[in-house]
Formats: sequence, C-alpha cells, structure tokens
Amino acid sequence: MAITDKTIDYVAALAKLDLTAEEKARAREDLGNIIDYVDKMNELDVTGVEPMSHVLGCSNVFREDEVTSVPDPEGILANAPETKDGGFKVPRTVV
Amino acid sequence: MDITSLSALELGSRIKAGDITSMDAVRAQFEKIKEREDRYSCYITLTQEQALRRAEQVQRRIEAGELRNQPLAGVPMALKDNICTRGVLTSCASKILEGFKPPYDAAVTERLEAAGAVMLGKLNMDEFAMGSTTETSCYGPVKNPWDTGRVPGGSSGGAAAAAAAEETWYAIGSDTGGSIRQPSSFCGVTGMKPTYGAVSRYGLIAYASSLDQIGPIARNVSDCAAVMEIIAGWDKRDSTSVRLDDYKFTDALVDDVKGLRIGIPRSYLGEGLDPEVKEAVIGAAKALEAKGAAVEYFDMGMVDYAIPAYYVIASAEASSNLSRFDGVKYGYRTPDFEDLQEMYKKTRDDGFGMEVKRRMLIGAFVLSSGYYDAYYIKALQVKALIKKGFDEAFEKYDIIIGPTAPTTAPRLGENLSDPLKMYLGDIYTVSVNLAGLPGISVPCGTDSSGLPIGVQMIGQTFSEKTLLRAAYAFEKTMPGMRPPQLDGAAVKGGEQA
Repeated sequence: MAITDKTIDYVAALAKLDLTAEEKARAREDLGNIIDYVDKMNELDVTGVEPMSHVLGCSNVFREDEVTSVPDPEGILANAPETKDGGFKVPRTVV
Repeated sequence: MDITSLSALELGSRIKAGDITSMDAVRAQFEKIKEREDRYSCYITLTQEQALRRAEQVQRRIEAGELRNQPLAGVPMALKDNICTRGVLTSCASKILEGFKPPYDAAVTERLEAAGAVMLGKLNMDEFAMGSTTETSCYGPVKNPWDTGRVPGGSSGGAAAAAAAEETWYAIGSDTGGSIRQPSSFCGVTGMKPTYGAVSRYGLIAYASSLDQIGPIARNVSDCAAVMEIIAGWDKRDSTSVRLDDYKFTDALVDDVKGLRIGIPRSYLGEGLDPEVKEAVIGAAKALEAKGAAVEYFDMGMVDYAIPAYYVIASAEASSNLSRFDGVKYGYRTPDFEDLQEMYKKTRDDGFGMEVKRRMLIGAFVLSSGYYDAYYIKALQVKALIKKGFDEAFEKYDIIIGPTAPTTAPRLGENLSDPLKMYLGDIYTVSVNLAGLPGISVPCGTDSSGLPIGVQMIGQTFSEKTLLRAAYAFEKTMPGMRPPQLDGAAVKGGEQA
C-alpha cells in the first residue's frame, strides 16, 4: 500500500508525535513496506473465526473496590519534570 | 575456582554451607563487572553500595537460620531495566524515562527480595523492549560476549549477555515476541518464557500487554527452574495472573524423557533457516530420541502469518500503552514549547527513538478508523487460528521442538537499517507469545564461526515442568559452554575488544 504524506500526518497526530521532515519520509517508506508485508494476512480465509483477545479465555474478575495503594505523594511527584503546590505542573490549557 | 563461574544454585549452596558469604559473592562479581563492562555494556545502572548492604542483611538472616527453603538466598542477580525497582533508575533504555526512579517495586522485585536475592543492577535492553538486537537502547548497544562484533540479540540483550559474560549469576528478562529466548540463543545461555499469566507483570513497564511475560535467563536449566519457583505466583495486582496447581519447578529436573512425545513442525525447518542451525536442532531432537523420547515430524500451518499478526497486535498495544509518556508525570520534558499539545508532541518526538516511534505509528495506523477491521481484528483472528494449530499439535505431542532463531547472532548494525529484516528473525518465537505458551531456549551447539545455537522447546499452557524436564535431559547430553574470550584474550576477526 502506498502511504501518503496525509496518512503519515494523520497517524503522527494520533500518536502525538511532532515528526521532522526527514522522519516523515523515513516513516512513509517503512510503514509502506511493513503494511505490504502485513497484508500477507489477506491470503487467509478467516470467515467465521472469532477474534481472540485473551488466550486462556479469562473473563472479568470482580473484587470489592477498596483503597489499597500506599500514598506516597512525595515519591511520585519527585519524578515529575515540574510540580506546583503538590501537583503536576502543565502548560496553560484554557486560554 | 573463580566463584563467578559457579551456577546460581552452586553459589547458593556454598553460601548456605558457610564456605562463602553473600558479600564475598557481591565483591567478586563487581570485580569481574569492572573488568568486562567496557567490552560488553550489559548494564545501565550498577548498584554496588546497595548490593553490599543488602548482602549483609541477607547474610545475617541466613546465619540466623532463616531463608532455609530458599536455595538462591544471598545469590546476586540483575533485572532488565523495564522492571520497576523502588528508588533505582528504571529507564526502559529510553531518553523519555531519564531520571525515573519508581516509587514502588515490581511484583517480581518483591518476590526476589523475599527469597533473599541481592540485586547488582539494571540491565541494558532495546528501548521499551522493541528490537531484536539491543541496538535501539539510548545507552548504546550491548556486545555479544562470544564475539564483540556481534549483537547479543534482544530485547533482553543485556540480561543474556550478562549471564553469558559471568557478570551476574542469573537475570530476569521479559519476552513479548522472543525477547528472552532469542538473546539466550545468541549468547549460549538458557532462557524461559513462562505461560501467559504465570508470572505477575505488576511493575513491568508494558510494551504489548496481551503478549508480555517475565522470565529467567541463567547459565543452566536448573537455575532457571529455581528462579521460576521464586518469581511465579498469583498476584491480584495483575488481572491476567493465573493460579497454577504446582509451583515445584525444580521437581521436574529429572534426567528421564522415556515416552515423551516430541513433534517437529516441518515448516520450522524450511526456507530461511541457516543449515548449521538446522543441523544442531535436529541433533538435539536425536539426542532426546536416544534417551527414549518419540520424535515425529509433522505439518503445522500458519508459520508465515505469525509475524504479520504479531506486529499488528504488538504495535497496536504499544501505541496505546506508550501514550502515558507525555512529559507530565515522569521523565523527560522538552524545554521548548508554547502550549500543552506542542509540549506533548515535542517531548515524545525527542524522547522516543526511531524504532519505538515506528511501532507507535504502525499501531496508530492499524487502530485508525477504516483500517481497524482489516488489520487489528484480522490479526486477532489469525491469532485464534495459530492457537488452534498449537492445540491440535499438543493433542499428539507433549512438546514441540524447533530452532529459537533462524541464524546465529548477526553483526552489529546489520539489521538496524532494515526493520522488516529484523522482524523476520522472530519467526519461530512470536507465535509462542500469540498463543500464550511456555517456551525455553537451551544451547545446542555452535556454528562454524563458534557462535552459539539455541534449540527452542515449546509446551502447552502450564506445562513448564514438562519443558524443564526435557530441557534438563537434553542439557545432560551437552558439554558446558562458555565464551572463549571472557578473560580478556584477543577477539575473533581481529576486532578490538
């Protein structure tokens, strides 16, 4: 499949990546080759085959909704690039 | 004898017997690490001070008569750098997690600690476990201890190389599409990927959650079985965790395969397989046959469809799992942005390497509207057919034998520029992850360049003990393997060590 610049821009936006022009060109070629290869799956007739997500067929396991995590706000915030007043600091989101 | 060459169980029994202390082991190991690390780059982080303090605590407990039922108490080990360790850098070999010190331990880290393990440090890997050569690490590549001009395999390349280079007694890796078994094969060590659900992934930084599993890499089958006894177990914090009926993996270490039914898929020996690898793998099957196993060749389809299905499913899950790395809660944030969206995009473009970005783009593509059914749903249907093929095979056979990888270790740089070529090297390993099965890679010889070859044994879900028994019986037929230049002799091919 020929991957267009438009497709690359679209999937880069979905993946939240600000690709350089060089990266876009490379991605277009690589993605095209990989998708062509993956298209091999089309040789198979999968009519009526149930898509399998979990191999062991596990279903949901329910439990009581209890607070169990150990509160360690300092340990957690210590990893953040920027913090303010005990919270994560992010750029202004509402203009 | 140099204690760093002992097996983990041998070292454990000497510590128990009072011949050596855990601190002696830590000191001896760090001496070797200092000599060898410049050549192999197995580690991202070394925690020598912490290891010595920890060894002292464990030693006191052993001398007080505690940890009696823990054969590996006091034995040093190392963890792949995608397994969380409280207060110790856990980077996934990615710039985007620079400086990240988890506020908690992974389940396996806790279990190892409870068993008296002593951590030496964190092991190099492909960035976010995406790669088959350990060349995508932002800390630079690991070198294969058998030939430093070659890759160690990946993504647990640091783990396999460290076990082979005697820079740890054993290591813990993770395997999403072969990342324990393939580097074990390339480095001449033994690595096991347990059944999906056998080992808790709580605290494993996720790549593809429906495929990821944690497992041991060691210098022999017995050590792998002993490590499995420590790390396997149900955990309510991993919703895919499964309770096993039997956790006594070391009970399977019996040199007896009489009546074991072994199947070899003809399609695993076809085009693309190096003739020397093929010969060694067939030799392994013959060795088991000579011990009373029944070996049969059979037809198993779907081999050609495993890699396409794997890269669709793994990339889709990766694109979702890696969306959490956004420059807000941990790790790297770009200094250069105007607003929130730009901060996300620039942080992620600077922070992730090319292979990770490539898989996130593939993932975003196959999950996007218009392509979801054609790629993602189709891959899940292919996965169902692959599982069915294995189920049918396991009606006739107890284990399946084949190569771990189609070749021995490639040269550094050989596969890096061509992602598809690298992906094709995973042909024999990815279907095991798609079907959730246990698999083990055991050394079965060397090629004409002196590089190790691994044979892969695959079992039905929860048949770890059958696999360990077969692997143990096979290992008994093989001479021990050790990289020839570990002690600093000249490296083959005139390459500088």
